Amino acid sequence: MGRVVLTFIFIFICSVSNAEIIKVCATCNFTTISSAINNASAGDVIEIHQGVYTEGNLLIDKAISVVGVDWPILDGQNENEILTIISDGVRVEGLILRNVGTSYLEDRSALRLRNSSDFIIKNNRLENAFFGIYLERSNNGIVADNRIIGEAVDEMSSGNGIHLWYCKNIEVSNNIVSSHRDGIYFEFVDNSKVHGNISEHNLRYGLHFMFSNFDEYFQNTFRDNGAGVAVMFSKKIDMYDNLFENNWGKSSYGLLLKEIYDAEITNNKFIKNTIGVYVEGSTRINYSANIFKNNGWAIKVRGGCLDNFISGNDFISNTFDLSVPSNIEGNSFDGNYWSEYKGYDLDKDGIGDVPHRPVKLFNFIVFKTPEAMVLLRSLFVELINITERVSPVFTPKNVTDNSPSMKSFF
Amino acid sequence: MRKVMKYTVIDLLRSRWTYFYCGFFFILSGLLFLLSNDPSQVIITLMNVVLILVPLISTIFGVMYYYNSREFAELLLAQPIKRTDIFLGQYLGIACSLSFSIALGIGLPLLIFSSISDLSIGNYLMLIVTGIFLSLIFSAISFLTALLFENKLKGFGASIFIWLFFAIIYDALFLIALSFFSDYPLENFALFASIGNPIDLSRILIILKLDISALMGYTGALFSKLMGNFNGMLVAFSVLMAWIIIPLVGIVRVSLKKDF
Repeated sequence: MGRVVLTFIFIFICSVSNAEIIKVCATCNFTTISSAINNASAGDVIEIHQGVYTEGNLLIDKAISVVGVDWPILDGQNENEILTIISDGVRVEGLILRNVGTSYLEDRSALRLRNSSDFIIKNNRLENAFFGIYLERSNNGIVADNRIIGEAVDEMSSGNGIHLWYCKNIEVSNNIVSSHRDGIYFEFVDNSKVHGNISEHNLRYGLHFMFSNFDEYFQNTFRDNGAGVAVMFSKKIDMYDNLFENNWGKSSYGLLLKEIYDAEITNNKFIKNTIGVYVEGSTRINYSANIFKNNGWAIKVRGGCLDNFISGNDFISNTFDLSVPSNIEGNSFDGNYWSEYKGYDLDKDGIGDVPHRPVKLFNFIVFKTPEAMVLLRSLFVELINITERVSPVFTPKNVTDNSPSMKSFF
Repeated sequence: MRKVMKYTVIDLLRSRWTYFYCGFFFILSGLLFLLSNDPSQVIITLMNVVLILVPLISTIFGVMYYYNSREFAELLLAQPIKRTDIFLGQYLGIACSLSFSIALGIGLPLLIFSSISDLSIGNYLMLIVTGIFLSLIFSAISFLTALLFENKLKGFGASIFIWLFFAIIYDALFLIALSFFSDYPLENFALFASIGNPIDLSRILIILKLDISALMGYTGALFSKLMGNFNGMLVAFSVLMAWIIIPLVGIVRVSLKKDF
């Protein structure tokens, strides 16, 4: 991180020392952006003033800054990629990029960086882009404060808001991404941070990790997406202080974990998702200090999960708190607060004296025969749940909270 | 028939049970509106109560009224009135007062509190409509059972058993069948099995209107595809209508043959 900052300072100093400002507007020396770029040399600032520029694809191949004044509009007219950056040390700020246009043959994007490093993409507005910001094989950069609003209709014909492929040390912060396929997409991206973003109304995932390691995301909001966040085939991902809200629908999740190892999930809020966390084949994951509230399922575990520790979390008013396969081993569910807990605390130490079994019998049946779900909330189901709670026979023994908290943690 | 019905309704209006029943629903739904700020939670709680209590109370009411008014019926039989008119009139009287109680008991709080909470009226209306249908169905069934059994105790027992069957036993058998055949595709079976029970059908009709229907996954999707549109609703409500008409036909046939 320090290195990144130093590099930026270095670039900044360079640009201050011999920067030339090249203005582009209808009445300036340069009326087109492409001519300004051609005449610029490394370190220069191109200042684009208000107006609509339809110049097709613009290639930036030198270390310059492109800065918009009063929101100039670069229009791709639904058939072009707009900005393609192949140089290091580029800064793009204050532009409106719009109408990239769908393509089924290439991943067109409003702003593409290829083999670039030490860049800043800041405070831009992208409207109706197919892919928004596309980084490929780029390192040490910042993508911040952008508003990326798509018009995605279905998954087949839509692209991702911010797409990273083979990148390192990238900071994606305070962006608003909506109505794309994936809000933010990471594939083979290491040592990067995603924070302060709002990702909503995306068709598939708000944030999507594939084969990415040592990353962290925090203080983001994922709302009304097909699924909030999907983390797949990744290691050492830290997830904290995020809000997963209202990812509601027939196959929606707040957080989907598939084949991941050594993750920390702390201080997140999962509110009103069909499934709060959906876990499959994940190992050594700590869940602590999270709030699960009003979800269909708070945590739904499929097979292959080992050494997961769930403790210090609040489970409040979920239809089902936990759903697990019957042969689950080596996971701990101790020390949580369950609003459904019916036990007592005679010694007043704040910990319930009777272990809590978070898996209801009906839940167990539904796990085996999903069609049984049609009996949801029928009198018979309530009855068998009560009998099972009084004398547990069917629900798995090793899924118990032996020290349930009497009070909610938050 | 209309006259018999009128007298039955007047008779029931004089009994305090009708007011009690109506008042119970009024207070319950009013309290729920006051205490809860989540309208869909109100509907779910009310749904649980309606699905259990309405069939039970209608059953008991139907049987009780038949046995209590037996002497009156015998008196009427001596008059030149058609038998079907007498019994259908009595049934309609009970059914009307029960449905009226439900509509009033659940509906009035809606009128009072609808301005306060951002409630979707359609879901709530569905609750009232299914409540009314359940009253009509279960009072018809219980009236028929009472007509079939001369012995009061047997009649009571049989009609309570019928309620128990639809409220609990049916679902138990349903669940056993589902788990037993879990290796096979069961969506269509689940669909038909739940249409076969008026309580299950009403429950699903209400749930499909609520958010929690998303929990029902693939089966739920199938259900909402079939029942979510107008045609599906039409099918569901014709099934409910059939549940009223079949016992009514039974009442007509039994009352014509019965030797008093």
